[in-house]
Amino acid sequence: MALKPDIVTSNVDADHALALLQEMVRIRRFEEKCAELYSATKIRGFLHLYIGEEAVAVGAMRALTPEDSVVATYREHGHALLRGIPAGAIMAEMFGKQEGCSRGRGGSMHLFDAKHRFFGGNAIVGGGLPLAVGIALADKLAHRSRVTACFFGDGAVAEGEFHESMNLAALWKLPVLFFCENNLYGMGTALRRAESETDLCLKASSYEMPAWPVDGMDVVACEEAAHRAALEVRGGAGPCFLEFRTYRFRAHSMYDPQLYRSKVEVEEWKKHDPISTFRDRLTADGILDDAKLKLIEDAAAAEIEEAIAFAEAGTWEPDEELTRFAYSEVKAS
Amino acid sequence: MSADVTKITITYREAMRQAIRDAMNRDARVFLMGEDVGAYGGCYAVTKGLLDEFGPERIRDTPLSESAFVGAGIGAAMNGMRPIVEIMTVNFSLLALDQIINNAATILHMSGGQFNIPLVIRMTTGAGRQLAAQHSHSLEGWYAHIPGIKVLAPATLEDARGMLWTALEDPDPVLIFEHGTLYNMEGELAADAGPVEIAKAAVRRAGSDISLITYGGTLFKTLEAAEQLASSGIDAEVVDLRTLRPLDTETILDSVNRTHRAVIIDEGWRSGSISAEISARIMEGAFYELDLPVERICSAEVPIPYAKHLEEAALPQASTIVATVTRMIGAHG
Repeated sequence: MALKPDIVTSNVDADHALALLQEMVRIRRFEEKCAELYSATKIRGFLHLYIGEEAVAVGAMRALTPEDSVVATYREHGHALLRGIPAGAIMAEMFGKQEGCSRGRGGSMHLFDAKHRFFGGNAIVGGGLPLAVGIALADKLAHRSRVTACFFGDGAVAEGEFHESMNLAALWKLPVLFFCENNLYGMGTALRRAESETDLCLKASSYEMPAWPVDGMDVVACEEAAHRAALEVRGGAGPCFLEFRTYRFRAHSMYDPQLYRSKVEVEEWKKHDPISTFRDRLTADGILDDAKLKLIEDAAAAEIEEAIAFAEAGTWEPDEELTRFAYSEVKAS
Repeated sequence: MSADVTKITITYREAMRQAIRDAMNRDARVFLMGEDVGAYGGCYAVTKGLLDEFGPERIRDTPLSESAFVGAGIGAAMNGMRPIVEIMTVNFSLLALDQIINNAATILHMSGGQFNIPLVIRMTTGAGRQLAAQHSHSLEGWYAHIPGIKVLAPATLEDARGMLWTALEDPDPVLIFEHGTLYNMEGELAADAGPVEIAKAAVRRAGSDISLITYGGTLFKTLEAAEQLASSGIDAEVVDLRTLRPLDTETILDSVNRTHRAVIIDEGWRSGSISAEISARIMEGAFYELDLPVERICSAEVPIPYAKHLEEAALPQASTIVATVTRMIGAHG
């Protein structure tokens, strides 16, 4: 299948544009606070920030309904927030409290929420793709018209599970949206140092599914592409692959001196910051002014403050409950 | 059981097929997928005819993508289905180890109890058919190391017929290990045989002098040895573990408390094995009841060889069991 060109960003109405900005700001501020709380040792373990990539999740999630399913990676705070998991439950999870969305058993990398059909952050690169295939298979067998969005990074493309899953989903015409967040590095290994063929859409196309690249720093482009892909997938044609070209501004995790890339490169990409560029564009278009921006920032700050208070007030699960949830406590129906 | 129960003559293979057919008829959520389960009729002919009976949606041939189709089974189970995944042989399950151990065994716990995985994975295990080192290993004891999954080893016709449905009713992932030498075993089974419980070990031969503890492919070698021992005046009890995780420690200890001697017969390797675990539990729970040190008869610590005489030499045999027990009781009896 021939590659389709980049989507051309079109105009969106003012309220919608402000909502997109608000969502990106919300995620950005939440994660900036997470980094602070990590330094303050409130959050431990690995913490992978999405800062710089927000346009992808904000745009992509817009194409989903509450009945759809989401499979995410270990860099999933933003996806979880956008999916509707309360910020307090996410923060409490990172604090390790039992009020967390995974009762403190998963932490930053394993946010889950059955109610919001959020099938987890998966910390094995590529490990979520087969799950997404199976979730979509169940929907197809049950004649439900849902789609499953599966987020993964460019690193996953090197895994066998990527190729097995792409093939299976295409072979069985399953409703999977493969959302590849290509931030150019699998941890510290540049894509060009990991792949003989760096055109990821070409790989996906080889499995006979529509695939096209998207400017992952442009939230409107991300949203339009996701809508278009979702439309195809909901039509029953089988899976679709989008390569969101984006960039991670921060370290891979919290302990990463970033020896593998230059400061110049990072600064160059920061010029394409999805938030500041969109903010400037909306300001130039007369959609955004200082007062509106303050409302957005204040709303994010208030939500985060509330989330931290919720997490602080959370409780530690008693040691006696340690072995719960290795197995189910009720019989299946 | 009354004497006039109608009996049918059936093979282990047919009993397993009947179990699958029964499960498919009982619950529309059940489907089977794996390599060559459909058009080919199953590598070991277990699923022969089921494609015609249930169609390609529910008897799904998969590509050679163990990780993807096992992972798809997990995803489908998380999304309302009751999949049976067949892996052709235990060695191939290693290609799906990421999905089995990192996802199936962990997600209930990582999600704080939100996502249980009612999945059954069946696979052939064991040696004895001159298939050499990539089709002959016994890794069920190794899987039994993992919390979050259950491990079954049906050896009898009743268990081949009855364990599958009980496993499907279980809310958590269950692995069923079918020893390759058992498929052709023929015998009588009650015509109305159905589901059996999976929580308990079974005493297959009552005896008072020594407990022979085994499971799966070595059960019948052990029963044969017990008959030979009986002719020399040694009354051996044979315990069929049936389930390797969770282990029925109570039945093991109850037997040892009566016989005061124990030998564990296991086709797995000795080092770091389920036989080591059982030995440790006997030591922890019945040390002062023992007249003799616990002994083990396991496979030789080599990859299973092709040549018939070498393969036989590598595996536990009835003659080895007889010699070991005779030595133990002769020396200390």
